[in-house]
Amino acid sequence: MDLHSLTIHQLHDLLVKKEVTSREATEALYRRIKKTEGKIKAYLLLTEEEAFRQADQVDRKIAKGEGIGGLAGVPIGLKDILCTKGIRTTCASKILEGYIPFYDGTVIQKLKKREAVFLGKLNMDEFAMGSSTENSGFHITHNPWDLKRIPGGSSGGSAAAVAADECIAALGTDTGGSIRQPAACCGVVGLKPTYGRVSRYGLVAFASSLDQIGPITKDVEDSAILMDAISGYDPYDSTSVNVEVPDYKRSLKRDAKGIRIGIPEEYFVEGMDPEVERSVKEAIDFFRKWGAEIQRVSLPHTEYAVAIYYIIATAEASSNLARYDGVKYGLRSKGYRDLMEMYAQTRAKGFGKEVKRRIILGTYVLSAGYYEAYYRKASQVRTLMRKDFEEAFQKVDVIVAPTTPTPAFRIGEKTENPLQMYLSDIHTIPVNLAGIPAISIPCGFSHEGLPIGLQIMGKHFDEGMLLRVAYTFEQNTDFHLRKPSLT
Amino acid sequence: MKMDIEKVARLARLELSEEEKVTFGNQLEQILTYMEQLNRLDTTGVEPTSHAIPVHNVFREDEVKSSFPQEEALAIAPDEERGHFKVPRIIE
Repeated sequence: MDLHSLTIHQLHDLLVKKEVTSREATEALYRRIKKTEGKIKAYLLLTEEEAFRQADQVDRKIAKGEGIGGLAGVPIGLKDILCTKGIRTTCASKILEGYIPFYDGTVIQKLKKREAVFLGKLNMDEFAMGSSTENSGFHITHNPWDLKRIPGGSSGGSAAAVAADECIAALGTDTGGSIRQPAACCGVVGLKPTYGRVSRYGLVAFASSLDQIGPITKDVEDSAILMDAISGYDPYDSTSVNVEVPDYKRSLKRDAKGIRIGIPEEYFVEGMDPEVERSVKEAIDFFRKWGAEIQRVSLPHTEYAVAIYYIIATAEASSNLARYDGVKYGLRSKGYRDLMEMYAQTRAKGFGKEVKRRIILGTYVLSAGYYEAYYRKASQVRTLMRKDFEEAFQKVDVIVAPTTPTPAFRIGEKTENPLQMYLSDIHTIPVNLAGIPAISIPCGFSHEGLPIGLQIMGKHFDEGMLLRVAYTFEQNTDFHLRKPSLT
Repeated sequence: MKMDIEKVARLARLELSEEEKVTFGNQLEQILTYMEQLNRLDTTGVEPTSHAIPVHNVFREDEVKSSFPQEEALAIAPDEERGHFKVPRIIE
């Protein structure tokens, strides 16, 4: 038995039965990382000492006959955008090189309380800006299914590590698709919770009205386990919402009977990848066979999603990233003559190309004379897009569509054309703009053996329904069981 | 739409190389042209959305609570002196 290939719930069962220890599992993961990381390059930092300390603590509890929770002793990876006390947090940016937070974000505190083992920090697009992890300030991550392809982004390190069995599960963040798109590209499960479901305290901000933390896992049950752990209101995040969190594990039912599933015609447009279309349509047929009621819905403002998003997200980013000024932490350039030069040179040296591009764009759309034409206009169309979903959800319980228009593209394919890169997020962005939850699960493979993702979108705070529908599909198919050969 | 990239870079406190000015200028022009499609929609009277979930002011009692120790915050600063962040002189 390969310990590294286990899911959270499988490892938990073995820990409880005392068939393995958390230390053995953690050792197995680091052995796996040593073996495959040269090809994948998913991690930015490994925290072995801390991991074994946590693992031993859990093992002592088990040895003493104490009960443990579902995440105790389970080795997981963290996207390097989550602040970890005493552990370097870079956001894959040179401007944060050497930044060691003196506090844990809320989700980290929650996972520590549940005694999860942290293997290390995972690669990403710098400040979560990108769809391929090629914008990391440190190195590129490779897709385990085809090393010449991107793992998706921005949580590309998280998705690649889960797919390559370099961690049992991982956390990512999603602003315009950054959990779901890499999950689809790497053939794993990624859930973007409702805006406000999970606290953003200690998540380095990109676009504050869109960012959410969520799980990237090997199966749907693990997604539910992590959602149970990280969800909930937090006084330290005034946008987290004080509503009851259900027991997500109890929503895992192998049954879609009577569930109303909407198919948005705008997501099936001419020119979409035929293999993606076929896999998603087969998934829809599956749900029909399993008793779901399928109907067409319309989300007429879908075509404007990319334009709205790259105005709103860059505007918020230009404001959020103003804090990197070389004064309080992180990089400070040398050779400046005055304060203004210190700011401008520090930022020139510390930020990568895509981050600079977005800061310029965001500053422009907020600047005097352009605010009305861009930012205000985009915020109005955002209202129309939100209403599209509100209307559709009057008639259906979930909406099903592809996660991405194509399987993972080649490394370098879109780096010279930012607009083409932005358009690869067309199916995931509307969810963030509307603040609704969505999950991506594996639903097929292309003829080249690349994973294809099925996206299930739900009503605000209805993650339970997403998990149920996803679980029904997963438990009756075997796409999630396939592993990349990594040769 | 033509962008005065030098002016915007100044607003953003960001120094750009000559090469960056040219490439970003071209790329951003293409992106802004793409965004003009929003003008096809009549949004007269539509309320803008800044948060997808209704958010309200959050109030709490004004109680004294502990905060992060000053030394910890200053320990990761690029430069500090006598309990302050240190920057180049700004007043002549």
